[in-house]
Amino acid sequence: MGKILEVKDLSVNYGVVPALRDISFHVDEGEVVALIGPNGAGKTTTMHTISKLIKPKSGEILYCGKSIVNEEPHNLVSMGISQVPEGRGIFQPLTVAENIEIGAYLRKDKEGIKRDKEWVYDLFPRLRERMKQISGTLSGGELQMLAMARALMARPKLLLLDEPSMGLAPVIVEDIFHIIKKINKDQHTTILLVEQNAQMALTASTRAYIIEVGQIIREGSSKELKSDDQIQKSYLGL
Amino acid sequence: MFFQHLLNGLIIGGIYAMVALGYSMVYGVLQIVNWAHADVLMFGTFIGMLLATFLHVPVIAMVLLAALFTAILGMAVERVAYRPIKSANRRMAVLVSALGMSTFLQNLAQLVFGSGTRQFKVFDTNAYEIGGMKITGMQILILSVTAVMLLILYIMVYRTKLGIAMRACSVSIDNAKLMGINTNMIISGTFGVGAFMAGVAGILVGNYYNAVYPTMGYLLGMKAFAAAILGGIGSIPGAVFGGFIIGVIESLGAGYISSAYRDAFSFLVMILILIIRPAGLLGAKHIDKV
Repeated sequence: MGKILEVKDLSVNYGVVPALRDISFHVDEGEVVALIGPNGAGKTTTMHTISKLIKPKSGEILYCGKSIVNEEPHNLVSMGISQVPEGRGIFQPLTVAENIEIGAYLRKDKEGIKRDKEWVYDLFPRLRERMKQISGTLSGGELQMLAMARALMARPKLLLLDEPSMGLAPVIVEDIFHIIKKINKDQHTTILLVEQNAQMALTASTRAYIIEVGQIIREGSSKELKSDDQIQKSYLGL
Repeated sequence: MFFQHLLNGLIIGGIYAMVALGYSMVYGVLQIVNWAHADVLMFGTFIGMLLATFLHVPVIAMVLLAALFTAILGMAVERVAYRPIKSANRRMAVLVSALGMSTFLQNLAQLVFGSGTRQFKVFDTNAYEIGGMKITGMQILILSVTAVMLLILYIMVYRTKLGIAMRACSVSIDNAKLMGINTNMIISGTFGVGAFMAGVAGILVGNYYNAVYPTMGYLLGMKAFAAAILGGIGSIPGAVFGGFIIGVIESLGAGYISSAYRDAFSFLVMILILIIRPAGLLGAKHIDKV
């Protein structure tokens, strides 16, 4: 299987402060890859740079072999990249149904949109119950579900998830990760996941990268990293 | 007499509402006050007057053409005065740029059209009596055009994809981009829609007072802005509500207290309401959730 996303020697600065230093990683088609690291490691910066909300200082980002460094952010969705941003990025004054609708903003196939709406409502039955509600009234877990449903409405080839577990109760986190695996298995959607919750991320992913202070310090298969002594001590609290 | 004042207030309030929407929608997506809005309106009104007076364009075509011109001018203002600096997130620079654009448009109008007041009268001015109230053809026209414009805007904002995108942009430009929304296009469209309505409002008000002049936007714009603030800037229903409130209060104040202070009433009410509700009557209260 080919590389769907390849990041090469990416450096990002905030002003003069370096946030990412020459990081390189890749995601193969069909994989779930996790980028794990503590607060301030540069995980969200990496996500924002891929989705073009931040301009890199140097380096290359290839999507399906094509450079997307100079792409406008809104063009990425039509290319097949959808992001669930950190903090979900739900349009809170809009209803649940409208948020789902906006996920399919670029699509013109009315029939397909209708089918996919049914599909995401089946995937997240809680959202169906709350369709007409203003989304600002949802709980944290429901907001995360809505953000994922919205991203899926674009029928992405590559789904970027920024801290899906953030601020959620452990039981909800488990639900969310269960669905992440399901999306990958049923839809063959490739997923790049950024997480602080190493336990969950390593369980859900096939491969993982560990990022600390803007640099990738470890990489490997998730199984192997999960049983690694040092990783267990620093990230899994075992 | 009360109902007569109320009616007059609703009529001028409709005009304020249409202009206020432009301020509020632009503020909604960009969090800036487009100080050139009222001057764009003035320019459009001049174009309408010229089309009617010198080219004898039929009324409906004149209104549409002039409003379309206003919309294009509104979008041009965004392109020239705001877009190049807004990305830098310099609120003060945008404010100065907006005031500069306002002055520029006023001076340009004085240069091109002259600083005098021109007459503009293309609509029916016969007066009718309905249930003891006097209403002119012009007033009936203003009421119906306002109603139609507000209805179209409502459908556009709440029932179309473009409307959802506009509302999404007003929540977060960055997140809207992540949905594949071309946010620059939506911002441009917002300026266009706001200016179009201002163009229609300008032609109506120019005919109502039979006067078009380069500074006609000033007081009208200030009151419409007060209406937008009063209703809660950024809120579409708020702008409409605020427009009607300002119109009615001004009309009642002028009728029962003194017409000399007509303009003062609107601002007095705006100040009072803001003391009680700083976000405006329908202003957004943000709920942050993690």
